[in-house]
Amino acid sequence: MSLLEVKDLHTSFRTDDGIVRAVEGVSFEVEKGQTLGIVGESGSGKSVTCLTIMGLNPSRNTISTGEALWKGKNLLTAKPRELREIRGSEISMIFQDPMTSLNPVHTIGRQLIEAIQLHRDLTKRAAHARARELLKAVGIPKADARMDDYPHQFSGGMRQRVMIAMALINDPDLLIADEPTTALDVTTQAQILTLMKRLQEEFGSAVLIITHDLGVVAETADDVLVMYAANVVEQASVDDLFNRPQHPYTWGLMGSLPRLEADLERLTQIPGQPPSLLRPPAGCRFHPRCPHVMEVCKTTVPPLAPSERDPAHLQACHLDQETKDREAAKLLEITMAGAG
Amino acid sequence: MFRYLVRRLLWAVLLFIVVTFVTFVIFFMAPVAPERLVCGGDQAKPQCMRAAIKRLGLNHPVYYQYGLFLKRLVLERSLGHSFTTRQDVNHIVGQAAPVTASLVLGGAILWLGIGLLVGIFSALRPRSLLDRAGMVFVLIGVSAHPVWIGLIFSYFFGYKLRNFPIHTPIAGYAHIFNAPPGQPGGVAQWAYHLILPWCTFAILFAALYARMIRANVMETMNEDFVRTARAKGAPEGRVLRSHVLRNALLPVVTMLGMDIGLALGGAIFTETVYNLPGLGNTAILAVSNYDLAVVQGVVIFATLSIIVFNLLVDVLYAWVDPRIRLT
Repeated sequence: MSLLEVKDLHTSFRTDDGIVRAVEGVSFEVEKGQTLGIVGESGSGKSVTCLTIMGLNPSRNTISTGEALWKGKNLLTAKPRELREIRGSEISMIFQDPMTSLNPVHTIGRQLIEAIQLHRDLTKRAAHARARELLKAVGIPKADARMDDYPHQFSGGMRQRVMIAMALINDPDLLIADEPTTALDVTTQAQILTLMKRLQEEFGSAVLIITHDLGVVAETADDVLVMYAANVVEQASVDDLFNRPQHPYTWGLMGSLPRLEADLERLTQIPGQPPSLLRPPAGCRFHPRCPHVMEVCKTTVPPLAPSERDPAHLQACHLDQETKDREAAKLLEITMAGAG
Repeated sequence: MFRYLVRRLLWAVLLFIVVTFVTFVIFFMAPVAPERLVCGGDQAKPQCMRAAIKRLGLNHPVYYQYGLFLKRLVLERSLGHSFTTRQDVNHIVGQAAPVTASLVLGGAILWLGIGLLVGIFSALRPRSLLDRAGMVFVLIGVSAHPVWIGLIFSYFFGYKLRNFPIHTPIAGYAHIFNAPPGQPGGVAQWAYHLILPWCTFAILFAALYARMIRANVMETMNEDFVRTARAKGAPEGRVLRSHVLRNALLPVVTMLGMDIGLALGGAIFTETVYNLPGLGNTAILAVSNYDLAVVQGVVIFATLSIIVFNLLVDVLYAWVDPRIRLT
């Protein structure tokens, strides 16, 4: 049995303008100790997917259907109390913006200790010791002294380390990281990613990492889910995805990665805007922006199906296999040329 | 911290001088002869007026009179004597201040209580019936004038319901200590006489506070750190107390301090409608009599209370919000 098994997850929000379907039919599994990456543009539904699993969407005006089985128990129908016991102890979460994710009026020591004492019957002293231990583990210098400092006395990178310490403090089986490096500068990003990888090995947690940065996925993930406009458009192991991408949207994402070596005037981009989830386009949702668009794309939704070359590689595109292979090869060539 | 306090104190002295001087200047710019009013208005006798001018020092230039006032204040700690009744102004302010303080402090507890209750519950269930009812209360509270509320309260509680146990006094003040002989005194009578004034005075502020607290709580509920607390597995009650309210109520500290400081100078409308002998009533009477000494006395008390409460707020804020450092 997988640790986490998400089946046909749908989440929609009732708004004044109508119903926004933020996630439609997402399925995936996370195995013990494994890392799954979810990639996509802003508003593609990747964060909502995780918040739904955690039960952190505002309860009013949110409708979720499908299943999110955690060790066999459906989190979507779990009682608030059961969910609370899982949150922070078995599944924990790191958020995008470390500058606002910590309570400004409590010391970080107090916030770390709160995380422990919510789930474990430890004395104040033992909890304090555990909190210090974690601060040291995430590489905060003078951890003992910094327990009594407030969040505003830390830099962004240091705050994200505190968030990671807080997430790992109860030895979770799954760590959900929602764009953990997006708000950090590039050198800090690399440090945080390295730290997360090291700690994942140390703590043996599975990781679900959400990002819009393919580089982050390439560095950390074992499997990747590509999301576009509330749907999964491609799902594969990280090697397969980077070597044989099967979906025009994935090609667009890879093509738009900035390359220092390539002598290009401008960055390549995917034309157009992500569609409105209030009134998504008919057929394939990517068709208005797709350079390979065909008549069938405008009317029929392509199912997420195994690719002809590899049954483990799922993709949702009407294009024939030859075109896909050709485009993937072309993309790979450019990448290689850039790297060489 | 010490340097901060010294600097604030120096500012307070400067502010004090400016406020009292402006009061002086405005007083002498009014086209009225105080000596005539002191001696009975139109029928004032010339020798009475001459004596009054001499007694009050009105023959000296304004700056000289101001200097005298400052000298008396600093050396003798005296606010002088009333132009009309010749009573010691220290005594007049000392009599009126406890009345206003009783009204304002009791009112503040009431308005804070109502504001917190309505604000927090409205924020927890936005658009619910409770929230709508709360916001109707806010609209009425900010729209209705205290004098009108006072009259309505007096009419119902003092007149219509006079045969019921909830009948309450509609005028006057009962001292807690040393009530004059023949008048009601003691804590029970004091509170009994202040029930209607408290309610009248508190409604406007309760409405303003409810609205502000509701907005603050709703905004704080959407903060990332509140989501972090939920993600840690904290129960809703704890999330609300330790994370939401602790942050949402920070601005209330500032507002409360400033409002109390301001109101201590005299809650004019409420005092007038219930005939409470507080600072507001005293000031109105003094202004209409052109009694500079008493006006100045009330102004000084009001200025001091604002200065003290603002300082208190700053120190308190640095204590409750770790991001603030007094330097």
